[in-house]
Amino acid sequence: MADYEHHSYDVIIIGAGGAGLRAAIEAKQRGLRVALICKSLLGKAHTVMAEGGVAAAMGNVYPEDNWQVHFRDTMRGGKMLNNWRMAQLHAQEAPDRVLELEQWGALFDRTKDGKITQRDFGGHRYARLAHVGDRTGLELIRTLQQKAVSMDIDVFMECKILRLLRDDNGAVSGAVGYWRPTGEFITFSAKAVILATGGVGKSWKYTSNSWEGTGDGHAIALWAGAELIDMECIQFHPTGMVWPLSVRGILVTEGVRGDGGVLRNSEGKRFMFDYVADMFRAETAESEEEADKWYDDHTAGRRPPELLPRDEVARSINTEVKAGRGSPHGGVFLDIASRRSAEFIRRRLPSMYHQFMELAGVDITATPMEVGPTCHYIMGGVRVDADTAATGIPGLFAAGEVAGGMHGSNRLGGNSLSDLIVFGRRAGMGAADYVEGRADAQTLDVQQVQSIIDESLEPFSRETGENPYDIQRDLQELMQSNVGIIRTGAELDEALTQLEALKVRVDNISVKGGRVYNPAWNLATDLPAMLTVSTCAALGAQARKESRGGHTREDFPKPDPEFGKVNMVLSQPNGSGMNAEVKLDPQPILIMPDDLKALFEEAK
Amino acid sequence: MADLTMRIWRGDQDGGELVDYEIDSQEGEVVLDVIHRLQATQAPDLACRWNCKAGKCGSCSAEINGMPRLMCMTRMDQLPEGPITITPMRTFPIIRDLVTDVSFNFEMAKRVPAFNPPAMPEGGYRMQQIDVERGQEFRKCIECFMCQNVCHVIRDHEENKVNYAGPRFFIRYAELEMHPLDTNDRRELVREKMGLGLCNITKCCTEVCPEHIKITDNAIIPLKERAVDAHYDPVAWLGRKITRRTKRSAAEAAADRP
Repeated sequence: MADYEHHSYDVIIIGAGGAGLRAAIEAKQRGLRVALICKSLLGKAHTVMAEGGVAAAMGNVYPEDNWQVHFRDTMRGGKMLNNWRMAQLHAQEAPDRVLELEQWGALFDRTKDGKITQRDFGGHRYARLAHVGDRTGLELIRTLQQKAVSMDIDVFMECKILRLLRDDNGAVSGAVGYWRPTGEFITFSAKAVILATGGVGKSWKYTSNSWEGTGDGHAIALWAGAELIDMECIQFHPTGMVWPLSVRGILVTEGVRGDGGVLRNSEGKRFMFDYVADMFRAETAESEEEADKWYDDHTAGRRPPELLPRDEVARSINTEVKAGRGSPHGGVFLDIASRRSAEFIRRRLPSMYHQFMELAGVDITATPMEVGPTCHYIMGGVRVDADTAATGIPGLFAAGEVAGGMHGSNRLGGNSLSDLIVFGRRAGMGAADYVEGRADAQTLDVQQVQSIIDESLEPFSRETGENPYDIQRDLQELMQSNVGIIRTGAELDEALTQLEALKVRVDNISVKGGRVYNPAWNLATDLPAMLTVSTCAALGAQARKESRGGHTREDFPKPDPEFGKVNMVLSQPNGSGMNAEVKLDPQPILIMPDDLKALFEEAK
Repeated sequence: MADLTMRIWRGDQDGGELVDYEIDSQEGEVVLDVIHRLQATQAPDLACRWNCKAGKCGSCSAEINGMPRLMCMTRMDQLPEGPITITPMRTFPIIRDLVTDVSFNFEMAKRVPAFNPPAMPEGGYRMQQIDVERGQEFRKCIECFMCQNVCHVIRDHEENKVNYAGPRFFIRYAELEMHPLDTNDRRELVREKMGLGLCNITKCCTEVCPEHIKITDNAIIPLKERAVDAHYDPVAWLGRKITRRTKRSAAEAAADRP
């Protein structure tokens, strides 16, 4: 019988990036007892990595901009697979959420008349991204962190959640986890749980994600009976660093292209002009001259093709490299050095300058960068109600990257930070509405808790067995090669077979040493979630026999209107956990009302 | 070919020792890469913190050959020949190996009276770029806590920790003090309760800052001047009394805190 400490709250929030923090602030403002739980120290979540900005149709630079245009850009960027209601709420509410950040102490870059300035990004018709140089995510997380601290929200740092608990009526009732610094177990009972755990990128070899991106929230939601949707829709950001090998995958902000940077192949050609899809032809420049005029005045020319949505750019880079026109280390060239002054580059892109100088010894004011696609973001996720962020399980909510639907099959840059604050707030509201007037959660099911703890300790009980780091490496290789940027049916079948073999190995992990800050054990407890989300991604990719947004099938290279009408819904109807079967069921997407449909007709 | 010797402090609060690991070098690696390879091959339970691996989150602070550095931003090929010594930050209590208990910093963060702007006008606040840039320099802080680690006021004097916010929080106070919108007055608080006077501007904090924030010159010295002005200058005192924009006193500001 293991000892554990126990806490009771109205709402617990798992994950303390932008969405988790924003949700916690909202719930706390409603007078609820709130706990914020995070796997790392507070303020280190992946939000901190976001660079370019937060998309909001504030109209500070282009007064023509409004929520309808932002909504339309978002839906088209997502290839119309988006939950239209989420996209609508997001476009409508993002400006207020950005202004709110300044009420809490954020300092965005300004226009000449003192308003928040906005920059261009891929897929956005107007300059729309409020930003602070190229460290907007840091500004966002620090602002929310300082706000949360000033409100005295209880924070449980370096605390890993293993599983959710449910009561006899099927409602979520709490969670079980452990403190990483001590290895001691901890239980929470709560009337509502908000998942804000971010993404899944750590299951791929080349990723911009940190060690935390192991899909914990996706997995514990699925295991608790919630549904996931469209897990095959994974964004490979077109510009990650490719060299040195040790930094491969680290993000290079889209802001480089928004600020004038262009992509060239080994022949020096701006190849993106060759890859403009029909859907975007009308609004994309046909020549370099036209494109170059656009940066200063969006009415003088059409958009440069470098600023097409991320899925388009990533696939094009992939094709260039495969055709033998890549850079020496297997990427392409991102050139801003020849196009903007050194002073401009250092002011607008200070952390990119710093990052390349320190890590690659490359001065980006003098030399082009070498870049290539890196696993960056999952559009799919926990199925939620747009207005309340509620999942299908009573008392369970999800917001941010862990939630699915908002971005359809491809996310536009800048729409993630705005997603966090719009739906973080809505999750906080949804949970508060649910909780108010509800009696305290039932007492813990001691047996359920005990079995979760016992399961997590199994690696210590094996004298010999698998090394968790080996399994992680093999998983990353597998997902990179078989469920990567371009997929085929045969490779996906193979991936699903191999994933089952990896699960057997996870069940045979052996870990030495104690529980105090033991990274091998921590990884062992992350791996079941990683295997679960990888399985979901492969199943979705296998079932979606078309190419759409972040999901590209070599054997089905075109979008198929029939598949455009369905979400790939994943669930575990029989059993729960890494080894239980995951069922896939295509279900119709939400139908957009006519007044919103009209926005797409007008634009034609 | 194992051509590298990594000399890493292993232990916990009860003590520990430097342990040598032999490993082969690989092109373009940073110190954190080598630590990760050691975890995967030789020392699975070697504890270290990290997140972004791109110098943006400030998690992987350690002392490399005695110098506080981010492990993710320290290239192996820029370190001198011979064994490379990695030890945890010395100012904070050890948890295990390279991981220290940095909760001191989170406690100090709680003691900062909150930002308090006037009501927002329709369409948002107006501020000039030049005015926001002063605060933006300090908001680049990634909270690696290396400035706190290297500050001798707490590195060598544990007893000062209760009364000393440290460089990280002096830039936070300076940022709020210089914020175009803030209305709280924290000058008396930093002077009396946060130990601003204990800093004798040796600039060690500025030297180790990975974000190159001029902590001493741009934050601490101006803050000292303002705090001293507020406390000792009767003209300034009278001026504050009669100017329209009144900042609240430290006591009032601190009362915001529970």
